Amino acid sequence: MAAQETVVLNGHIIDSLILAKVLDTILMTGGTFDLEEVSIGKTRNEASRARIVVRARSAKLLSDILRAIQPHGASVEGDSDCQYRAAPADGVFPEDFYATTHLPTQVRLAGQWIDVEGMEMDLGIVVDQKRSCAHAVPMAGVARGDAVVIGRSGIRVTPLRRPEERDVFSFMESQVSAERPHGHIIADVAKRMQQLREGHRAGKDGCKVLVAGGPAIIHAGGRDALTWLIDEGFVHVLFCGNALAAHDMEADLDGTSLGYGLSAGRVVPHGHEHHLRTINRVRGIGSIEKAVETGVIKQGIMASCVRRRVHVVMAGTIRDDGPLPGVITDSVTAQAAMRATIPGVGLALLVASTLHAVATGNLLPATIPTVCVDVNPAVPTKLADRGSFQAVGLVMDAASFLRDVARELGAHA
Amino acid sequence: MSRLLVCPPDYFSIDYEINPWMRRSNMVDPQAAVEQWHRLMEVLERDVGAVLERMTPVRGLPDLVFTANAGVVVGHRAVPSHFRYAERQPEEAHFEGWFREHGYEIVMLDADMYFEGAGDLLGFADGWFGGYRQRSEFRAFPILSEIFEREILPLELVDGRFYHLDTCFCPLSGGELLYYPAAFDQYAQSAIAERIPATHWFAVPEAEALKFACNAICVGKHVVLPAGCPETMKWLGARGYEPHEVPLDEFMKSGGSAKCLTLALD
Repeated sequence: MAAQETVVLNGHIIDSLILAKVLDTILMTGGTFDLEEVSIGKTRNEASRARIVVRARSAKLLSDILRAIQPHGASVEGDSDCQYRAAPADGVFPEDFYATTHLPTQVRLAGQWIDVEGMEMDLGIVVDQKRSCAHAVPMAGVARGDAVVIGRSGIRVTPLRRPEERDVFSFMESQVSAERPHGHIIADVAKRMQQLREGHRAGKDGCKVLVAGGPAIIHAGGRDALTWLIDEGFVHVLFCGNALAAHDMEADLDGTSLGYGLSAGRVVPHGHEHHLRTINRVRGIGSIEKAVETGVIKQGIMASCVRRRVHVVMAGTIRDDGPLPGVITDSVTAQAAMRATIPGVGLALLVASTLHAVATGNLLPATIPTVCVDVNPAVPTKLADRGSFQAVGLVMDAASFLRDVARELGAHA
Repeated sequence: MSRLLVCPPDYFSIDYEINPWMRRSNMVDPQAAVEQWHRLMEVLERDVGAVLERMTPVRGLPDLVFTANAGVVVGHRAVPSHFRYAERQPEEAHFEGWFREHGYEIVMLDADMYFEGAGDLLGFADGWFGGYRQRSEFRAFPILSEIFEREILPLELVDGRFYHLDTCFCPLSGGELLYYPAAFDQYAQSAIAERIPATHWFAVPEAEALKFACNAICVGKHVVLPAGCPETMKWLGARGYEPHEVPLDEFMKSGGSAKCLTLALD
């Protein structure tokens, strides 16, 4: 785990080359630094001051570096422990609670910097002094009496380091433009998925691929490509709503999506009833799993998810028909179910769904590479505006995206 | 007029070993030490015209004779030393007491901060230098710089034989410098070269550096230095200084020489 500490250096450190020596020592000892602040004395008698963030691969190396620069006057900035106050009631943070970002965060407890687990934006931090650990906790998840971090002291947020791999994710910026070529982004996404599948098969942590998708995947003709990706073991978590599942199974049962013949491309008589009859039938069977196991639903996204044991979280909305069994209609419960699957995710693809894209974006730590695909540039823009700056925006049709990715990964066109 | 604080060597001996020069087996000849010290005083008073303030020596404190480490004095203010080694720490109270009795305003550094006085803080009128790493700590200098409102460039000492700045660095009254470059790390060497023009410094040869040529007392155009440093004497002479050599080898057994035996009071 990378470690960092802020040190300050005071005195006549410029002409004596002490600052240069300290910075050289950090580099030569195997660390890196950010010069956060240098104020140079205005007269010869006036001292200068530098504030340096020292970073190292490990806590051990960091302490070696600090030991090497300490004799030259670099002293660890006087940090204090974080402050906390008991939550006044279940589901209520204390007034001046610290609101999280989705960046890696540490809090100082009893003189020790500890990592906050489960980082996600817009949460609070609950500390456990006895076990010296800290968790990011949603407002609804806090219990009366929990020790909630308040104020801003003793809290450290680490900016993302540029990944070593030189692919589209290393830019970590969500410039959104329909005019940008997509080819290299899709190639990089496919390369990641290939690596993650290998890692996942080898039982490595952090190798799950998450797809959050909307029903446009079915309407636009991306169903076969996504099904193929699931069958081939490239997808491990699916977030969707009632509609994606309903239209996917409608397509299997009736060959339509919202009544349109998928191959014929025109309205089928009474086609608008198809998705209702599909939902009704699955409700009758009791679950999507059972519908697949009994052979009622033979193939498609949901069938493959059941067969490949993909973790599916279906979150309902106010306009849902049915809904299908398994759709979580309580939004706080749905959020918690989605949150529970985030650990271990190494890539998130948010495809053709404003609501699911933004909801998932909110749950993802900034360290997880994310791609947001939508024909509407407003969706990736909205995601970036809400803080998921790490998401790469791709303005294109969902079906083309999924097909291109599948083709890159070896699917036959 | 230049006033210097000195302490007669009544109890000077090698009772412990806290630098590479000290060997308990290498006994001081007390008679010779007293004679050398008095000879130095005679040169300072008669030839240089300095005024000497004599401290009372204390039994059991053999190094009290090295008054350069009493602290640092500017005008009416004195910052007493806090020695790194426990062997010299009992001297602190005596030096501080002397400053108090003589009406100096005492400014104390933090109790956990090592600073060995004028042994590690030297300079010119417009800028000082601080030696650190061997005895004094780096963090003392920013504080001293604030107290005295002077620039202090910290210089890292890397050779244990030159454990105080005044053993290898001697600013002269005309802005010149005697120093032994190898006693400093590369950054300090560059900082010195950057600050003092090449025409103004003399890099003392190793043989003379080991005789503590740099442990010299400069008052006006007079420079009092240990005997056996002909090259340094020659350079000083050529620069218009009047060098005075004094045999001080009894004190070299303890790792000290002319400058270590005095503290400039004004």
